[in-house]
Amino acid sequence: MKSSTVTKLFKKMALSVLVLGLSINSSYAEVKDKFQVSWTIYVGWMPWDYAQQKGIVDKWAKKYGIEIEMVQVNDYIESINQYTAGKFDGCLMTNMDALTIPAAGGVDSTAVIMGDYSNGNDGIILKDKKNLADIKGQTVNLVELSVSHYLLARGLESVGLSEKDVKVLNTSDADMVAAYGTKDVTAMTTWNPQLSEILSNNPSANLVFDSSKTPGEIIDMLVINTETLKDNPKLAKALTGAWFEVMELMKKGDEEALTFMAKASGTDLAGYKSQLDSTMMFYEPSDAVKFADSEELPKTMKKVSEFSFDHGILGEGAPDAEFIGMEFPGGKTFGDKGNIKLRFIDTYVKMAAEGKL
Amino acid sequence: MKRLMNLRPSKATALIIGLLPFILVVLIYIVASDVRLAENPNDKLLPSMNSIVEAVDRMAFTESKRTGEILFVEDTVSSLERLGLGVLISAVLALLMAIPLGFVPFVRAGLSPFVAAFSMVPPMAILPILFIVFGMGEMAKVALIVIGVTPLIIRDLQQRIMEIPTEQLIKAQTLGGSSWTITLRVVLPQIFPRLLDAVRLTLGTAWIFLISAEAISATEGLGYRIFLVRRYLSMDVILPYVVWITLLAFLFDYLLKHFNYRVFKWYDAGKER
Repeated sequence: MKSSTVTKLFKKMALSVLVLGLSINSSYAEVKDKFQVSWTIYVGWMPWDYAQQKGIVDKWAKKYGIEIEMVQVNDYIESINQYTAGKFDGCLMTNMDALTIPAAGGVDSTAVIMGDYSNGNDGIILKDKKNLADIKGQTVNLVELSVSHYLLARGLESVGLSEKDVKVLNTSDADMVAAYGTKDVTAMTTWNPQLSEILSNNPSANLVFDSSKTPGEIIDMLVINTETLKDNPKLAKALTGAWFEVMELMKKGDEEALTFMAKASGTDLAGYKSQLDSTMMFYEPSDAVKFADSEELPKTMKKVSEFSFDHGILGEGAPDAEFIGMEFPGGKTFGDKGNIKLRFIDTYVKMAAEGKL
Repeated sequence: MKRLMNLRPSKATALIIGLLPFILVVLIYIVASDVRLAENPNDKLLPSMNSIVEAVDRMAFTESKRTGEILFVEDTVSSLERLGLGVLISAVLALLMAIPLGFVPFVRAGLSPFVAAFSMVPPMAILPILFIVFGMGEMAKVALIVIGVTPLIIRDLQQRIMEIPTEQLIKAQTLGGSSWTITLRVVLPQIFPRLLDAVRLTLGTAWIFLISAEAISATEGLGYRIFLVRRYLSMDVILPYVVWITLLAFLFDYLLKHFNYRVFKWYDAGKER
């Protein structure tokens, strides 16, 4: 009698283990009608909030007979990690993070819309010094392994220095403004809105390098899980339609829409407009197509891939920078063709440009 | 008739049923990880035991390509230095403040409300102020631990001092003790093992502040590494680090407890061990 109780107990345990295992397991490949896309606060992604709140996303989702929810996540990296773990069908992230987080994690991802690139939104600040070359020997506060780190590497390259010439100190992006006020901090790489906050409040702060000197290298994009996309092209169609509907408003300078986005990102209209000035938005679908099809994109991704490999963030067991394959419009590829995990496509922006959505 | 409440496990049985939950957690992990890996062999959320072992080998037994140092050792040493210094300063500071607070009514009346209020300030919320005051170097990290932990120990010790039976204090006075000698001969010996107990209880809090401080700004440390690799979801590094931190914390607790009971034999009289 005792042993049967034990067996029963064991069976129960095994069952609950199985249930647990299955419940944290997600299934990508299936035709679905409900989707979740995660986004975080950033100048180039505020249009998504507007589109969701004003029912533009719903309108386009309804047109294709699906439901889409744009979920705001407070922590940018957490948002990407949740997407990588299978919690979201799509996510907003930069090109570098798309390569090093989902793609390096084996999740095949597709960049459906490249909405903008940083054109001054990221920058290197020196305290009391005016030339980037003076950074030699200094400690640089930045979010390690982020686009800031990449920008620093590009900046150093431009004045004939390398990362060995400085010391990198990992500092949380939320604490940059406070950190700048301390005595030990002399050099910093960060992004907006912190960047402009520091520059406008500290006469000692000099912007010595920014992303406008590396145009098109820090790209903000909508990424969708490739399998989900394959089974549900409607998702990409609806999202692209909604996106360019908002772009149309922004291009016209619609005060109501811009004020809404400014407020949601915690600034005012003037502050938001100045952030937009350092962001190269693709208001026209045709510009987005041109950017996706450009010769520059594969070159940029090669640089990003090499930087990521040098810093060990292409994933373990990556023998070289070409370990993760990438695919670009027109059949161009980079790296291992047998391990393509990041795809850039122009399919849907092209449809938008041709008015076929 | 034997009641359940009176049945006691033998030492061997106690060991086995004590290990059971650990084994169960590992088993559940392995199954869940297998399920996820079957779908995506490169999944990073629940890495296989194999890749965890590989990551440990890489972090703890292989020299880093970039600096030539063993990252795991370097991280552990710098974290333990910060934690040790922070806890030591907190303990000394707390002892020095708690005795007058608990023992001298005038000091208590003057400072007790302030200490009680100060202990409620969440250090993480006033972090920018701490940065400006202590800078962003080692000092700030140790200071965060001290500010977070000291008030807790002070309040605990003050309470314990006030619980010393009045009879003892009166007796000591009839024997001719001054406030100073009674502090040294009656209060201090009784309070010291309680200080060690208080330190044990606040170690968990101290770790929280250490990890938070390292997450905010650092170039090495256990918390730093976790927050750095979190950026690309390297759970194969994070999980062993978490296990290691837990093990270290458990070890300190165990050592302090046994040191305490060994040195102050009267202290654990009648306690279940």
